[in-house]
Amino acid sequence: MTTDNRQMWAELGIDLKKHDMLMNALPPIYKEIYLSQKNRPQGMGFFDFVVGDIHGIRVQELRQDAKNGTIVVATYCVFVPDEIVLAADAIPVGLCAGTQFSVPIAEEVLPRNTCALIKSSFGFKLGRICPYVQTSHLIVGETTCDGKKKMFEILAEYHPVYIMEVPNKKTQRSRDLWRGEVLAFKEVIEKKTGNKITADRLIKSTRLVNDRRRALQRLYNTRKANPVPISGKDALLATQVSFYDDVSRCIKQVNALCDEVEKRIANGEGVFPAKTPRVLISGSPMAIPNWKLHHILETAGAAVVCEESCIGTRMFSDLVPEKGGTVEEQLKAIADRYMQIHCACFTPNDERLDDIVRLAREYKVDGVVHYNLQFCHTYANEAVKVEKALAKEGIPLLRVETDYSDEDAGQLRTRVDAFLEMIRR
Amino acid sequence: MICAGLDVGSRTIVLVTMDGSIVDSAILETGVNPLRRCQELLAARSYQRLVVTGYGRHLVSSAIGGETVSEIRAYAVGARYLYPDCRTVLDVGGQDSKVTLLFPEGEVLKFEMNDRCAAGSGKFLEVMAKTLEVDIGNLSALALSASRVVQINSLCTVFAESEVVSLISRGVESSAIAMALHEAIAARIAGMVRRIGPKEKVVFAGGAALNKCLCQLISEKLGIEITVPPEPQSVGAIGAALIAKSGVRLQHAAIEETKTEAIK
Repeated sequence: MTTDNRQMWAELGIDLKKHDMLMNALPPIYKEIYLSQKNRPQGMGFFDFVVGDIHGIRVQELRQDAKNGTIVVATYCVFVPDEIVLAADAIPVGLCAGTQFSVPIAEEVLPRNTCALIKSSFGFKLGRICPYVQTSHLIVGETTCDGKKKMFEILAEYHPVYIMEVPNKKTQRSRDLWRGEVLAFKEVIEKKTGNKITADRLIKSTRLVNDRRRALQRLYNTRKANPVPISGKDALLATQVSFYDDVSRCIKQVNALCDEVEKRIANGEGVFPAKTPRVLISGSPMAIPNWKLHHILETAGAAVVCEESCIGTRMFSDLVPEKGGTVEEQLKAIADRYMQIHCACFTPNDERLDDIVRLAREYKVDGVVHYNLQFCHTYANEAVKVEKALAKEGIPLLRVETDYSDEDAGQLRTRVDAFLEMIRR
Repeated sequence: MICAGLDVGSRTIVLVTMDGSIVDSAILETGVNPLRRCQELLAARSYQRLVVTGYGRHLVSSAIGGETVSEIRAYAVGARYLYPDCRTVLDVGGQDSKVTLLFPEGEVLKFEMNDRCAAGSGKFLEVMAKTLEVDIGNLSALALSASRVVQINSLCTVFAESEVVSLISRGVESSAIAMALHEAIAARIAGMVRRIGPKEKVVFAGGAALNKCLCQLISEKLGIEITVPPEPQSVGAIGAALIAKSGVRLQHAAIEETKTEAIK
C-alpha cells in the first residue's frame, strides 16, 4: 500500500479506516484460497498481481483518464452493453459485489432478507469503501430482479444512477422494448460524454468487446480437456477480472494464459489428476471476490470445469455480428445479442435448461452444482425446472443455497463431500 | 480385522468397533473439545483401521488419522447393514436433518439436507425443552399427554422460542406447547422427505429418532411406517466402521458397479 494510493483514496472520499480493514482482510484470504493451489499456470501471475493491488493501479489509471475528461461508467450486470460505452470513448467498469465485508454496512439501510450480491454492492457505496464506485461518473443499473431494481432507487440518493429496463419475456414486443432501451442508453451515454457515437466507432468497439468474448471462449474451451489444465478457481478469477480491467489488456492477458494452458493440454498435463470428478456450476453470479463454492468444491477433491453464470458462459457465449452498417442497424444487432442471455429474470427461460444440459455434455461433467444466492428468488424457483431437466438426462445435481458468510461452510462441505462420493469415477 | 467407525456429530460422538459384527459401541457428548473426547474413546480400544464421519470428521482425521466419509454415506451404509431392505434413510441430528434415497443395491441415489440453520433439527427441540423446563428425554412424553391443539408457526429456533414464551404467557399448558413444537418440526421434516420421494423401508436414525412423539408424527404425516433402530445414534458410526473394513476407495468402485446396474 503506497502513500500515493492512500492519498488517492482520501481524495476519492474513501472511509480509510474501514477500507484498511478490507485491504488487510483480503491478502490472507487470497493466500489461503489462491496461492495455496499447486501447479498453477504462470499466466495467473498477472491476475495475482491485479488482486494484490486491487484498489491501486487500476483505480489510478481510471482516475488519470477521468482527469483527462474520460467518463467512467460503472455496471453490475452483463446486460449493460459495453460496446456503447466504449464507442463514446468512455470506460466501462464492472463493480465488486462479492464480499461479506460490505454486507453489514448495507443492512443498516436495506432489509436483511435481501440477496448478498445486492447488499454487498450497496454496502460498498454506503460505506465508501470502493474506489471504483467513487471514481465512476455514472452507475448503470438494470431491472433483472426486484431487489436490485428497488436498491438502485436508494443508491441513486448517493450516486448518479441510470436504469436500463430489461424485459421479462422473450417475445417480439419485449425485444422491441429492449431495442428501445439500447437506443436510449446510447443517447444517455452520448449526453454524459459529449461524444457522438458513430457507425465507425461502434463497429470498432463491437470488435473489441467480441475479442474479449473470444478470449474467454478460448479459455473455457481449454477446460473441456481431461485432465483439466486450469483450476476452476483460476478460471473464475480471470473471468471476474475481465469485468473491470482495461479491455485490450484483458484480451492480451487471457490469450497469453490460453497459450500456456493449451500447451499443457498438448503435453497431456493437468492441474488435477485425470480421475478428478468434473463439476459444472450453474446459477447466481459470483462477483469478485466470491470464491466460496469453488474453494469448497476444489478442496474437497472436485474440479470446477465450467460456470453457467453471468460470471461465466452467459457473459461471452454469444458474439455481436460484426456486419457494420448504420448506427441504428448496429444497435439493433447489439440489442438482439443481449436478448440471448438466458437470465432467470425471463419467463419462460427454457433455453437456460438446454444450455445447462449442453454444457454438461460439452465439458464432460460428472455432476452439476446449482448455486443459489439466498433470497435470489428467480434462480431459486428456476432450480426446480433445472432439477427436472437434469434428472431426465441422468445428470446428478446438487442444489446449494448460501450467501457470502462462512457460517454454513461445514454444512456445505458435508453436502459437497456426499455429492462427490456419489459422482466420483 | 477390527475396524473402528467414529461419528463426530455436533452434539454427540459415537464410536463403534466391528469385527464381522459389532464388538463395542460408546457414546459421549461432543462438548467443547471434540478432539480430546475422540482420543479418550479411541485410546481405550484396539483397532486396525479407522474411518471418521460427522461434522467434525476433517478436524479429527487430520489430527488422529483415518480416512473420512460424509455422514450421508455413512448413515446409508449403516442403515443398509441393519436393514438390508432399507431404501430411504432419515437422519435428524443435532444441527442437521438429512434424507437420503438409496438405489435398490444400497448406494446413495440422492439426498436432501436442511439449509443453514438448526430449524428442523434436534437442537431445536433441545432449546425448546429448556424453555419449557423439561428434560429433553421427557419432552416426547409431555407432548403425547397434550389434551388440546395449539399451533407454532415459526421454525426458526429464535422466533419459535418467542412464540413459546407468548403461549406460556397466555396460560397455555406445557404439554400442548410441546405437542405444537413436535408438530412444527415433524411437518418440516416430512416436507423434506416428501421432496425426495421416499421409498420403503424408511429408516429413521440420529439422536432425534429417540423421540417417540416425533417418529409417530412423521410417520402419520407421510402415511408410511418408519423403522427406528434400537440404537439410532450409532448408525453413522456403524456405517463408518463398515466402510473402514472395505476401504473408502474400494467402496467407490463398488458404487460404480451398482450404479451401472441400477441404470440398466
